[in-house]
Amino acid sequence: MENQQALDVATMRRRKLVSRILTVVSQYAIHAFLVFIFAFPLLFMFASSLKETNAQIFRDLRSLRAFVPVGEVSLLNYRAVFENSRFPRFLFNSVVIAAATVGLGLLVNSLAAYTLSRLKWPGRKIVLSIIIATLIIPGQAIMIPMLMLVSRLPRLSLVEGALVQGWQNSYSVLVLPFLAGAWNIFLFYTNFQNIPYELDEAALVDGASRLEIFRHVIVPNSGPVFATVAINTFLGSWNMFLWATMTIQSEELRPVMLGLQYFFQRDTPWGQVMAYTTLITLPMLLVFFAFQGAFVKSMATTGLKG
Amino acid sequence: MADRSGVAGERKSLFGADAGPALAMGGPAFFLLLLFLIGPFFAGIAFSFTNQRLVSPDPTEFVGLRNYSRLLRFSVLRLEPLVDEETGELMRDEEGGLEYPRSREFTRDEENYPRLTGLTEWFNIHIRQKRYVILAGDPAFIKALVHNFYFALVIIPLQSAVGLILALAVNQKMAGRNYFRTIYFSPVVTSMVVISIVWTFLYDANNGLINAFLADFGIEAVNWLGNPTTAMPAIMIMSIWQGCGLQMMLFLAGLQSIPDSLYEAASIDGANAWEEFRFITLPGLRSTMIFNFITITIAAFQLFTQPFVMTGGGPNESTTTVILRMRTEGFREQRIGYASAIAVVFFLIILAINLVQRYVLREEE
Repeated sequence: MENQQALDVATMRRRKLVSRILTVVSQYAIHAFLVFIFAFPLLFMFASSLKETNAQIFRDLRSLRAFVPVGEVSLLNYRAVFENSRFPRFLFNSVVIAAATVGLGLLVNSLAAYTLSRLKWPGRKIVLSIIIATLIIPGQAIMIPMLMLVSRLPRLSLVEGALVQGWQNSYSVLVLPFLAGAWNIFLFYTNFQNIPYELDEAALVDGASRLEIFRHVIVPNSGPVFATVAINTFLGSWNMFLWATMTIQSEELRPVMLGLQYFFQRDTPWGQVMAYTTLITLPMLLVFFAFQGAFVKSMATTGLKG
Repeated sequence: MADRSGVAGERKSLFGADAGPALAMGGPAFFLLLLFLIGPFFAGIAFSFTNQRLVSPDPTEFVGLRNYSRLLRFSVLRLEPLVDEETGELMRDEEGGLEYPRSREFTRDEENYPRLTGLTEWFNIHIRQKRYVILAGDPAFIKALVHNFYFALVIIPLQSAVGLILALAVNQKMAGRNYFRTIYFSPVVTSMVVISIVWTFLYDANNGLINAFLADFGIEAVNWLGNPTTAMPAIMIMSIWQGCGLQMMLFLAGLQSIPDSLYEAASIDGANAWEEFRFITLPGLRSTMIFNFITITIAAFQLFTQPFVMTGGGPNESTTTVILRMRTEGFREQRIGYASAIAVVFFLIILAINLVQRYVLREEE
């Protein structure tokens, strides 16, 4: 009798364990499938970038070999990218443009938010309302008049050493219009509003200037929002495409995405295109994996941005 | 986020008139916003009422609503089948189909049909031997607009559903779920140009991975991007794949904001998993759901990079979009005035979407 009961309990336990294991196995099976769905294009890209010829890539299509660098694997495609395109130049352009946009953008937007949050000046409320109202304007909606504007703006040309008309084919045209962002100012502003005024007052009593309060009170208390704005601005600048297709004709000034588009259109062997895309995607993904929390937060906060 | 200006007002002794420092510190950003956002926005509205060109020797003229009427005008023309004057019978072409007068005979006849002048055939339908020709001022634009709506209507439910399923999958308590989450989100941070190019290879008719995979199931090769009926769906699938990670993250935040006590109460009441999902999870995700719909809709109307890189708007104009048309008119054709009118229409659509969102969410505020 007692034996029978013990046996029942044991069977029950075993059944529970089996169903638990089945659940876990099915959970992981589902995720394995999903991981494949989301990773296969980039795996294919990376694997193909190491395969020398189209023939080799095509041969591997029918099996899992498509996703792993096997067969005659080499870095020849990468060398070809450097030889057949001006990749280093494009990369340099993109880095300069993104660095300038992020650096200067953080500065002007945070300072503007600081004056809205902390300084008292006539028209402050109106300016704030205007900035909030402009949040609704999507970037694409002003591209055409902007194109008109930059084609008329004067600029100092390095080549001719004089003022020339039009900003097309310059770093300025890819940087200056994107420095100030209503959305970024708004993010900084709401963040600064949550920093206690007592801190400012203590600093003021100690004789700190407005700029010193900004540097020593506001900035140190706003790390996450600076990270959010930096990531947003960087991704926007690095991935900028529509505007670049309209303003940059000179090969010399192409950013990586525009360079890639031209490289792709020339009927380049697949492996070389894949090598190019790997070169610009892999570093980004590594940075994302390292700081994914910050990335997710900034992308989610800008979900509604135009 | 409460506005503290009132508080600041009381502290006048400490925060006095700061106009000087404010101008020095805020000036650059305010000036840039004025020059590169507010200025172009109003300039665009102004240009949309003119025939402004990027470069032109002729002076710009005010044209009133002409750009808008060309964009949005359309009309229906009813055509009777042609009758042979000698026999009195209906005329038929070589394949036996009825013959109709050409719509051009009407749209170019300014004297007798001034209402139809300037319109072009968009498409036609036949009802009881009569041909109804739908004419539009700019069929290319109307087609593009329809493509955007088509794209939006398909991806809104699909991308939301996939995002929700992913969120539920990564919300399970299991080791490694953070890694899965990261992987599903990774396309969102990858450049759309890169994704479009890689998927162009995947969709390749002869050597594409997708056709190679389908061949294993005996499915014939599809020319995904080269066929007008499959090109847009192909772009949709890729776009959902790229974007659903963001919806997953937003749903995940929504799921985690639903209090556990609700689920506990439900399980005490004997609710099964489906009932919990139906009566607790879904209602709890209402505002997240609306936010997701709006995000996807706005992205759908901004569609540009995918068709520009993958199809160039083709084949047979089947993947053109409003932004693609705007770029063609404004940049390639240099018609700033007309392209600005497209931009204004685009802005009004986005504005309407935002207003709908505000209206729907007004109770929760």
